[in-house]
Amino acid sequence: MGTVFSIDIRSSDLDIGAVDAVVEWWHWVDATFSTYRPSSDINVLGRGEKRIGELPPEVAEVLSLCTVASERTNGYFNACRDGELDPSGLVKGWSIEVASRMLVAAGSTAHCLNGGGDVRVIGQPAPGSAWNVGIADPRSGGVLTVVAGTNLAVATSGSAERGSHIFDPHTGRAVTDPISVTVVGPDLTWADVYATAAVAMGSAAPAWLDGVHGYEGIGLTADGQAWRTAGWWRYLPV
Amino acid sequence: MRRTLIALVTTVTGLIFLLSFKSQGAGPTNRPAALAPTTPGPTSTAAPNASASPSRPSSAPQTATGAVIQTKYGPVQVRVTMTGNRLTDVEAIQLPTGDRRDIQISNYSVPQLRAEALAAQSAHINVISGATYTSDGYAQSLQSALDQLNA
Repeated sequence: MGTVFSIDIRSSDLDIGAVDAVVEWWHWVDATFSTYRPSSDINVLGRGEKRIGELPPEVAEVLSLCTVASERTNGYFNACRDGELDPSGLVKGWSIEVASRMLVAAGSTAHCLNGGGDVRVIGQPAPGSAWNVGIADPRSGGVLTVVAGTNLAVATSGSAERGSHIFDPHTGRAVTDPISVTVVGPDLTWADVYATAAVAMGSAAPAWLDGVHGYEGIGLTADGQAWRTAGWWRYLPV
Repeated sequence: MRRTLIALVTTVTGLIFLLSFKSQGAGPTNRPAALAPTTPGPTSTAAPNASASPSRPSSAPQTATGAVIQTKYGPVQVRVTMTGNRLTDVEAIQLPTGDRRDIQISNYSVPQLRAEALAAQSAHINVISGATYTSDGYAQSLQSALDQLNA
């Protein structure tokens, strides 16, 4: 399964080498954390062939984030499944968040990063405007709604497109309802984690997400109903 | 490992870069250099439809409409505007038809939902979260539009 990443820079103040650095970073993340590559550090660690101290510090950072993620989501975010180490649910959002910081550090004041539908935007795409992020309707591929902002992370998790891949860690069963949850907030690492956890929570998701500080969400249930958290409205385009 | 790099389009100020990660494979890492064959997925079914003029003053905005990319859910097409060598606009002009009629929830008032629906219809969408097929189609149509402008 491949995932398309895109970098859209609207800033004239960027050191252009930073784009190469981001591309290199994403390839490195892919090689280090891919559970599909037997030689990846995450698999080497999972098989017990090396200790965490012998691996790049980012591996420890990701696993530590996974621990916090599990605590913050009452265990619904889980980096282990069937005894296998798999932090994929956090790595994509985290790697895009880090990439966005790399671009800001290199002088970017306006960009949009998209990795397989997880989106991080900074600044204004054109003077005076905000980034408009469409949220896909997984039933039709159309747009369910749009959120807007100049410093925004938007992550969508669900089971509709590539088969159900989110499991309730407490029952081990694949989740089929809700079919999709999108979380919007200030940091893509956490938007991604909360979206994944919210899908795993099933019908408990809206109430839980309502209590998560700084993040809002919209979900689509299997019977076609959409729910939104109380503060969802502040992200709508003006 | 082999990575399929879909595209690199660049100027100093307007830049879009797309790359595709494959989950398996071996070989040298490619530098992003050119349009490469894409992985199985949406296919282009319509000829690109450029409205750009080959010779133009560098300050005049030019637009190009990308190929219609057929995805599992329907056609995706985008239009780009460049001013000089700067990408100034990207607009989705075709997305699969969503059915919003059944989107409702009792907690929210009708005016709020109506405002949201109107916002979704009129907003100028820059990027799409979720629905990988649709966002991949979006990226491919975008690339085709940029190719026409030799961006």
